[in-house]
Amino acid sequence: MGRILFHVLVAAMLVFLLAPVILVIPMSFSADRVLMWPPSGFSLKWYAQIANERGLIEAARNSLVLAVIVTAATLAISLPAALAIDRWRFAGRDAILALLTAPLLLPTIVLALALLIIFVGYGLLGTWIGLMLAHMLVTLPYGIRVLSTSLSTLPASVEEAAASLGAPPSSVFRRITLPLMVPGLVATCAIVFLVSFDEVVISLFLVGPQLTTLPVALFRYVESRTDPLVAAVSTLLVVFSLAIVLVLDRAVGLRRAVGK
Amino acid sequence: MPIASRIALALLLPALLVNMAVFLLPMGNLALLSFRQANEGGALLEGITLATWAKMFGDIFYAELVRDSVVIALAITGLTLLCSYPIALFIHRAPDRWKNMLVVMCISPLLVSAVVRTYGWMVILGDGGIIAAFLRWLGMVKAPRMVFNTTGVVVGLTEILMPYMILALIAGFGRLNTSLEEAAASLGAKPFTVFRRVVLPLTLPGIMLGCLLAFVLAVSSFITPKLLGGGRVFLLATEIYDQAIVTLNWPVAAALSIVVLVIFGFALTLYGRLARAVA
Repeated sequence: MGRILFHVLVAAMLVFLLAPVILVIPMSFSADRVLMWPPSGFSLKWYAQIANERGLIEAARNSLVLAVIVTAATLAISLPAALAIDRWRFAGRDAILALLTAPLLLPTIVLALALLIIFVGYGLLGTWIGLMLAHMLVTLPYGIRVLSTSLSTLPASVEEAAASLGAPPSSVFRRITLPLMVPGLVATCAIVFLVSFDEVVISLFLVGPQLTTLPVALFRYVESRTDPLVAAVSTLLVVFSLAIVLVLDRAVGLRRAVGK
Repeated sequence: MPIASRIALALLLPALLVNMAVFLLPMGNLALLSFRQANEGGALLEGITLATWAKMFGDIFYAELVRDSVVIALAITGLTLLCSYPIALFIHRAPDRWKNMLVVMCISPLLVSAVVRTYGWMVILGDGGIIAAFLRWLGMVKAPRMVFNTTGVVVGLTEILMPYMILALIAGFGRLNTSLEEAAASLGAKPFTVFRRVVLPLTLPGIMLGCLLAFVLAVSSFITPKLLGGGRVFLLATEIYDQAIVTLNWPVAAALSIVVLVIFGFALTLYGRLARAVA
């Protein structure tokens, strides 16, 4: 009796947890002009409507481009940093790691305000370079953490063997270390891409009339009106995120990629 | 400096430079800014002053803002724990091949942006939403308003924070072992006694970690209170945004940010104390 009650409770809580994500999908096929449950009929008109929303499409393109740039820049900067942290025992190593990952511990609203105030002075509001730097504030900690975890799980013996056979450090890195790191690199790219693509609070403070991102555009849309259009966009986004995760899982295996 | 340290420093330099430009410098500047003062139009006045802090301490609105934020965040933390604990316990006891799938299912909402999940709650809680439709079907003429007020914010944030809480709970459940529960039961303990005397104490580390995480995320959350609160729920994060973007009073926004960080500090200290006391 107690067991059944417990299982019913667990099921109810799981429904509560998954409801908002799942219910957005049937809502996106609504034929109504406003959010209404149950929808009076089903149609694809809100998906068709997305094509007319110039602002949203432009914002989606910006987000995609920004996420790619941020991913490349984060990888370029966090790979050497992760190498230094994992391979050398130097004074202040722990302090530097703490400093580099500290932004993740602070509330994004505070980071966003701090960036806004600095960026105004340098004319970086609503610019690509400003948004890129701001996103890197939150993506670098992820990059450094995931890459140094991935480095620390590599078998050192393989590198030592290559070096003892006369390979110079640069070719050991290029021919041995880098290929072994591929799962970690793929995981880093996926995490950084999704974090940047999803980032909303910091972007909200820093976008301008000329340059906005998809999460910010969606936030503004939901703030001003609630119709099924956002449900259609959300459904596409859920499919998009799932696709990235599935590709990642196929390519390297999710558990291996996260270093567990 | 030994050569190894020099190589390490060179490799770290780009990361440190970016960190300085977008973290250390802006955060230092933010702390200083709370000791400046702005006029009505938002222009900063010359000189270092405590006027902004004095104004905040003298204004009952800010005291209520901090109190409301902390109370609502605590309520959300408690609810998140209540909703997540059964799930975490179920996952902890599940056989291994189910465990992975259940964990992935519970953290999958994290893949969906907070804007979208908040919008999902509007679909459920809104005036034309599912719950209103259900209440009408039950015969209720006028369904209670569940969005654009504190109820909406609490429900939405509870759900949004559940994945974090579930992960923290599972991570802290390591010491819980079914054989201990069976031993207690075989010695004649009633199910509730087993829970109170065996399960609860053993899962306390996970509970504390999850509550810390949920509290700091709730007290600083912005998107959900802004959208589901509809401008009628005033919390620290929404006020920081309004002061920074609408009123353009940066010193007040900076001071409120410091207040959020102080609350973070308190929560961390309390967690540290409790964790030591339990261990």
